[in-house]
Amino acid sequence: MSRPGFVLEVDRSTPPTLCWHGEGFRLLRLPEGSRILYPPEPVEALKDPDEAIRQALLNPEGDMAPLPALLRAGMRLTIAFDDISLPLPPMERPDNRQRVIEAVLDLAAEAGVDDVVLICALALHRRMTPAELRHALGDRIYDAFAPHGLLLQHDAEDPAALVHLGQTDHGEDVEINRRAAESDLLVYVNINLVAMDGGHKSVATGLASYNSLRHHHNVKTMQHSRSFMDQTRSELHTSNWRMGRLIAASGVKVFQIETTLNTDTFPSAFGFLQKREWEWGSRDRASFLAVSKTLERTPDRLARSIFQSIKSPHKMSSVQAGEVEAVHAITTDNVYRQQLVDVDGQTDVVIFGLPYICPYNVNSIMNPILVACLGLGYFFNLYRGKPLVRPGGVLILSHPTPWAFNPVHHPSYIDFFEEVLADTTDPVEIEKTYEERFATDDWYRHLYRTSYAYHGVHPFYMWYWCAHALDHVAGVIIVGGDTKAVHRMGFKRASTMRDALEMAEDIVGRDPSITHFHCPPMMIADVH
Amino acid sequence: MKALLFERSLPKFAAARVASEWRSGSGARVGPLRLTDVDEPGLPAPGWRRVRPRLSGICGSDLATIDGRASRYFEPLVSFPFVPGHEVVGELDDGARVVLEPVLRCAARGIDPPCPACAQGQTNRCRNLAFGHLKPGLQTGYCSLTGGGWGTALVAHDSQLHTVPDSFSDRAAVMVEPAACALHGALIGRGTAGHDTAVVIGAGTLGLCTVAALSRWRPDIASLVVVAKHAEQRRLAHDLADCTVVEPGELARAVRRRTGSLVLDSGQLTGGASLVFDCVGTSQSLASALAVVEPGGTVVLLGMPGEVKVDLTGLWQREVSITGAYAYGTELMVGPGTGTDAAALPRRTFDLSFDLVADAGLERLVSALYPLSRYREAIQHAAAAGRRGAIKVAFDLRSTKKFRTKEIHS
Repeated sequence: MSRPGFVLEVDRSTPPTLCWHGEGFRLLRLPEGSRILYPPEPVEALKDPDEAIRQALLNPEGDMAPLPALLRAGMRLTIAFDDISLPLPPMERPDNRQRVIEAVLDLAAEAGVDDVVLICALALHRRMTPAELRHALGDRIYDAFAPHGLLLQHDAEDPAALVHLGQTDHGEDVEINRRAAESDLLVYVNINLVAMDGGHKSVATGLASYNSLRHHHNVKTMQHSRSFMDQTRSELHTSNWRMGRLIAASGVKVFQIETTLNTDTFPSAFGFLQKREWEWGSRDRASFLAVSKTLERTPDRLARSIFQSIKSPHKMSSVQAGEVEAVHAITTDNVYRQQLVDVDGQTDVVIFGLPYICPYNVNSIMNPILVACLGLGYFFNLYRGKPLVRPGGVLILSHPTPWAFNPVHHPSYIDFFEEVLADTTDPVEIEKTYEERFATDDWYRHLYRTSYAYHGVHPFYMWYWCAHALDHVAGVIIVGGDTKAVHRMGFKRASTMRDALEMAEDIVGRDPSITHFHCPPMMIADVH
Repeated sequence: MKALLFERSLPKFAAARVASEWRSGSGARVGPLRLTDVDEPGLPAPGWRRVRPRLSGICGSDLATIDGRASRYFEPLVSFPFVPGHEVVGELDDGARVVLEPVLRCAARGIDPPCPACAQGQTNRCRNLAFGHLKPGLQTGYCSLTGGGWGTALVAHDSQLHTVPDSFSDRAAVMVEPAACALHGALIGRGTAGHDTAVVIGAGTLGLCTVAALSRWRPDIASLVVVAKHAEQRRLAHDLADCTVVEPGELARAVRRRTGSLVLDSGQLTGGASLVFDCVGTSQSLASALAVVEPGGTVVLLGMPGEVKVDLTGLWQREVSITGAYAYGTELMVGPGTGTDAAALPRRTFDLSFDLVADAGLERLVSALYPLSRYREAIQHAAAAGRRGAIKVAFDLRSTKKFRTKEIHS
């Protein structure tokens, strides 16, 4: 039985707490009375995930027949799956997608289905490299499909590969991948790392065009989601649900397979990251010292490559299949079971130590826009009820925030940072003035379609992600960040956490209440 | 009189060149420039006047000369020893303030009839810069007979003198010559089709004056991108024009965004800006200009280039034009963007420049003044101007004996 999450009140005997700082960590000694939120320990993994998958396919949830009953010779079958942004860090082989898709393909083969296409549902993300696809799907699937052109990556900019299914009653265009929409059956294979993943969002976002995505990936939607981790209060999800229902009503039959992971996030060499500091044994202390000292002497590029090579040991904790909404309700409960931590009340100041990775820099650089998105978009939104920081409070992020970009993956991010943020940091103004130009730029379109670039509009979405936090807090301070990069984003920079806390006092007053969000491993603060 | 004298000395040239490799402006310490007492220059002929410089600017071409980096092309066009300084506001014996138009063309050299270029008012293209009754010298400040602005007196022909309005401060007046250079270059390409995007590379004195000129005289340019390396340069560029200011490494991306170009693997844009003004004049700046100019576009070389190494394949394949823009003369104010009245008359660049300096408030570009006695500091300051937050550095000769005496009497 794993232990639940925990809120520690710092006292004199509390050891320094570990705080992520990009490709490294810092030990913080917080003022007495501060709170530290620790994530729950990993829930028990499925003992036989392959059997669990088989059972899920044979015993679907909701109004849906067992998968074998939906498969027949001569049909068109499309299997769509989540892209490189999930899970984080990438998991050790076999990936959940491999296990599930192999099981689906076995059933399809038994039924004599021979028109099968796999589609990576990447929306406006970058395409996956062959090596990344091979890792996610396994050699058997990759070798069977990729050489024959049957392993596709969704192209949101190919008009011939898209079909417009109609508009929701809110006037939202629903335009998705034609092959997926025109198949007799669309199987969607998902990994739910956090509560915002999955459900109707899988197809309505993952296989959609810009024309469709713009209806919910915008400032207004982001500002009216409280939070993304609570579908009942998320405008982003409400819009996706409307679209998903329209997709179903259009005759697209979706068999949804969702999996959850436990939070056994880091391999044994980094075992100290999974533990609470006062429970570190001598081996953990030695590992921490060895890793920290080594990182101090390691060039940034090498450190990045070391961390990006980490494969997570997290294990499948549940799998459910069938009708989208019925499946997703169970999935969400399972995610909450793993990640929710009860928290009593908000605080003046919240500290987020930001790690080296977010959904959009796998095998890449965490550029400043992604730092902002990870802190103000993801971490800030890891709440249910109300934000961990009070309105008018201060967020302190810890990350080196280098002025560095991967020109292959993030070309429009560079331009966004150089041109747009130099002009304004206001998400509303940015959306109004710049979005369309970037979204329709032929060069970005070309790179998105033929190289490994995120879509031209993607940095805008990252910045919109921050909109709720920017509305809510009165100050953002980045500890240890590159001065120019931090200022470009309109934030303040501090050299040390002590300086940052002093700066925060200028905003929230003396002796503020402080909470350190000790993450990852992932958790969701259930703030009462 | 006191003057900074530049003499011909090959060992000192070599020393200056070596020293300047280490730090720009170091030629002032080891090169052929020295502060000394010299005789005041005599009046070469009727029509010449004595001018007492009040302020005299330090120009990029002066720095190149002092550091031994100027092209040998100029050797037959100068005469040694000379007193540098061609950006001058000074005072005549009758107390009138004047700005010097330094090109030593046919009129100043006593050549009559003038060469065809001078006859048309294109005095910057004069064919007689090494001939006539003066020794060789393309401008005052490079001729051994005339003296220069870095001395307490020089001589100038009537045709070189422009009266300074009372409303002009000395700082404003000393900006008229560099602003005229910029204006002359900025007017190139008018009268052709409109330009969606133009680029100015460099935001020193010449670059910023070009930005100011483009914003006031070129409504045919829809969008202006300025490359500025330093913070103060960026601030001033924004002040002077409605433009986008980028750092050097950002130029190609900024132009690509504006022009909707694609990018080749080499970084070369497939489209680009129709006009690029290179106000730096290095191999690097010219390569940048060629990388962002559109096929059939024009690169205007405003900064003195010297010897540069650049791959011209793209220029050939894309039919790009490179044109020089040297000094000033007469501008034919025709074409889009010029007023109806102005279109009827050719105007001297200097006359337009007075308007530009006043309208754009270019006197704010004068960042520091030094007495001649601190010439080494002044030159090093000018050589590191951008890095040190400065734009134009000038010598202040108003505290010399002549002016002190006059002030006391008045």
